[in-house]
Amino acid sequence: MADLSIDFVGIKSPNPFWLASAPPTDKAVNVTRAFEAGWGGVVWKTLGEDPPVVNVNGPRYSTLMSQDRRVIGFNNIELISDRPLRTNLDEILRVKRAWPDRAMVVSLMAPVDEAAWRRLLPMTEDAGADGVELNFGCPHGMSERGMGSTVGQIPEYIQLITEWCKHYSRLPVIVKLTPNITDIRQAARAAHAGGADSVSLINTLNSVMGVDLDRMTMIPSTDGAGSHGGYCGPAVKPIALNMVAEIARDAQTRDLPISGIGGISTWRDAAEFIALGCGSVQVCTAAMVYGFKIVEDLCDGLSNFMDQRGYASIEAFRGGAVQTVKDWNALNLNHVEKAVIDQDHCIQCGRCHVVCEDTSHQAITATRDGRRHFEVREEDCVGCNLCVSICPAPGALAMRALASGEIDRRTGERVSGEYANWSMHPDNPMRVAASAD
Amino acid sequence: METPATRSCGLRAGRLSEADYARNFSDAHPLLTRAQAMIEAERCYYCYDAPCIAACPTGIDVPSFIQRIAQDNLRGAARAILEANPLGGMCARVCPTEVLCEEACVRNASEAKPVEIGALQRFAVDGYLAEPGEPLFRRAADTGRRIAVVGGGPAGLACAHGLARRGHAVVLFDARAKLGGLNEYGIAAYKAADAFAQAEVRWLLSIGGIEARSQQMLGRDFTLQSLLDEYDAVFLGLGLAGTNALGVDGEATGEAVRDAVDFIAQLRQAERPAEVPIGRRVVVIGGGMTAVDAAVQSRLLGAEEVTMVYRRGPDTMTASLAERHWAQTHGVTIRYWSAPTAVAQEDGEVAGVRLAATALVDGRLVTTGEEHTIEADMVLKAIGQTYLPEPTGAAIALKGGRILTDANGRTSLARVWAGGDCRYGGRDLTVEAVEHGKRSAVDIDFALSGQEPDAAPELEAAHG
Repeated sequence: MADLSIDFVGIKSPNPFWLASAPPTDKAVNVTRAFEAGWGGVVWKTLGEDPPVVNVNGPRYSTLMSQDRRVIGFNNIELISDRPLRTNLDEILRVKRAWPDRAMVVSLMAPVDEAAWRRLLPMTEDAGADGVELNFGCPHGMSERGMGSTVGQIPEYIQLITEWCKHYSRLPVIVKLTPNITDIRQAARAAHAGGADSVSLINTLNSVMGVDLDRMTMIPSTDGAGSHGGYCGPAVKPIALNMVAEIARDAQTRDLPISGIGGISTWRDAAEFIALGCGSVQVCTAAMVYGFKIVEDLCDGLSNFMDQRGYASIEAFRGGAVQTVKDWNALNLNHVEKAVIDQDHCIQCGRCHVVCEDTSHQAITATRDGRRHFEVREEDCVGCNLCVSICPAPGALAMRALASGEIDRRTGERVSGEYANWSMHPDNPMRVAASAD
Repeated sequence: METPATRSCGLRAGRLSEADYARNFSDAHPLLTRAQAMIEAERCYYCYDAPCIAACPTGIDVPSFIQRIAQDNLRGAARAILEANPLGGMCARVCPTEVLCEEACVRNASEAKPVEIGALQRFAVDGYLAEPGEPLFRRAADTGRRIAVVGGGPAGLACAHGLARRGHAVVLFDARAKLGGLNEYGIAAYKAADAFAQAEVRWLLSIGGIEARSQQMLGRDFTLQSLLDEYDAVFLGLGLAGTNALGVDGEATGEAVRDAVDFIAQLRQAERPAEVPIGRRVVVIGGGMTAVDAAVQSRLLGAEEVTMVYRRGPDTMTASLAERHWAQTHGVTIRYWSAPTAVAQEDGEVAGVRLAATALVDGRLVTTGEEHTIEADMVLKAIGQTYLPEPTGAAIALKGGRILTDANGRTSLARVWAGGDCRYGGRDLTVEAVEHGKRSAVDIDFALSGQEPDAAPELEAAHG
């Protein structure tokens, strides 16, 4: 059996699955239920200074659903914990004592005011927290008050507050980043410069879920008006993976531990975040959609995967795919692929044909000898992968890499087998002679 | 099911409790819920040049109507269906989809389970008819032309609708009291529950320009020549008014031996199913849809033993596999390779059916010499219907006993078109009759106006 336990910046946890700072970790009753269900740790819902915030009493959540009502995306406008600070701290102390083997990270938020952070940190430490997570990500409500993502969008503030926290506390400091920026590396570098032990990402994306066309009102709305919320769930996973990879491969931050967050719903999602460098993963939407029991399936799946691949620990495959993430300019332009249709698995829906015909390179036939028949014309196929990407029949369409020496029937040229990227390409007026990588 | 009120032999009405009748004759396949429809609609792959479209005799754009269901646009879905098939609601109920659109569905290749196209079509049409709003189709400007359509079944209705849309004035004659043809008189009650056939006729006529004249029979109340004298064109959707006889001893044993089509019609028109007498042990002779409808409804009326007798094997039976399963799960026994040789009698009452065992020898059906008797107190004959040519007179060329036409339904007689079951070369499907009527309407319009069919005026209403 693979060992799922982690030691993430000194915070130990029996498995890498933490509940993210969010409604599921707002109270002792929730967190106790989570630990009973098997979650490795929690990031307690963000604490701020008293008086507590006040939430709307209309809808806080809404979802984007598939036709069979599976949740694809999830939006919330809930603020940080709306309970008194002391209540939360007392509960944190009690729960941590009852569950000493679980990770208890506490999320904090305060304005850019050193005194506020100086007050909050010792209290959190006294409550038995294993670490703190700085909420520089919340994009709604708190941001209008100069906190959350407003801080996360200004690298200088990230660095400053991180420095304060490292100064006023011995606890590991995890800086939670907002994706509502143009370049995540700037934020991560600032956290690193401020002495952060780790970054966690992504927080939620600004979002409006829709419009009620009968009432001509945005969704969700409270008393006829709404406000943008934070978007998460499976739909944001690719965005999160990119940002994680950007930090994991950045020269300045490649050794900075990352706690991965963003649409993790299955063990496979979690393994992908780990493969791109994450040492722990955080989950919220999946728990809010299915309940805490889902952690059993996440652990079981990850464990089976690791056993099958011979990974004894999370560390054994953490970051295994990072080196495959490159700048576009480093991609091998001499590599040639063509789509191939397996006629035994093709169900003849013809979607590959029509999308290639309408929107791509007219490289798939619709008929042969007057009969319905779909086949790739290699002389027209640019290897774009559109047909493979949209094919509904498993195993019917795949890409084939041309072997060295094979003729590319589209260009008539022989595949060289040599690596050559754009910087070396003959059509590039700025080309350099040497390999770029 | 409650204890039957009576289990005695012979023809008896009221064998069951009212609750059982109500249950037995309710909708065979209830309407999908919205959630079911959404999930099923999602299964459609929106194929390119979709095989289901080609498999539909009326060419309904199936992927489009399903996509519109998925987009919560039932009106648009209904438009896509009714544009191609104005009887799309009944066809959704009675089409053998497993050998038409659903057989062609590419989902069969990967998972042996097609998209439930028929059920989705019904969801769309029923949903639209429940809240029709502005008319989907409006008549073009009056052309001043008048066309007689004889027969208010699927072919005649489709033709009338197509002609009315194009601005022609239609007089629709039907021999029966109600329009609908087999949809009203020849289909099992549970396939057209809640008087759907009449609801569909009302919608179809609401386009205007169609004057319905019921209980008007060709050859009795008017002649083909009188129509040609009075109208610019005539469409014949006469159906098959004759039934085949067994030609065996004992066939004329009163009301206990009867044509299945009459039995089905009686049941459809009865105020209550309890009024329709049924035997305790019923033998249905035949292997088509009519035989299945009669056999299953016999069971549902309280017959304890129902046997369908077919002289060949399952491969040649015209009732589809789904229909046969439907019969078998309703307790009907299907006996293949059996040809009736006599209706046995005792004391002037039906006592059973004498059957000769049959076999295929060198491709020919022969009797083997073995015989046996199935006890029965009622026999329903469903061995095919025939076109009766007498009402039209001898002027129209026939082939195979039915009216010979070209692809557009033109007969050998100028200004006369024909379609539906009375036309030679079809499969006797409702949906095919609709296509006949639809195409003939286009062709009649072309013949009368000289305009190419594609140049038809904008027929759709601006939708609201």
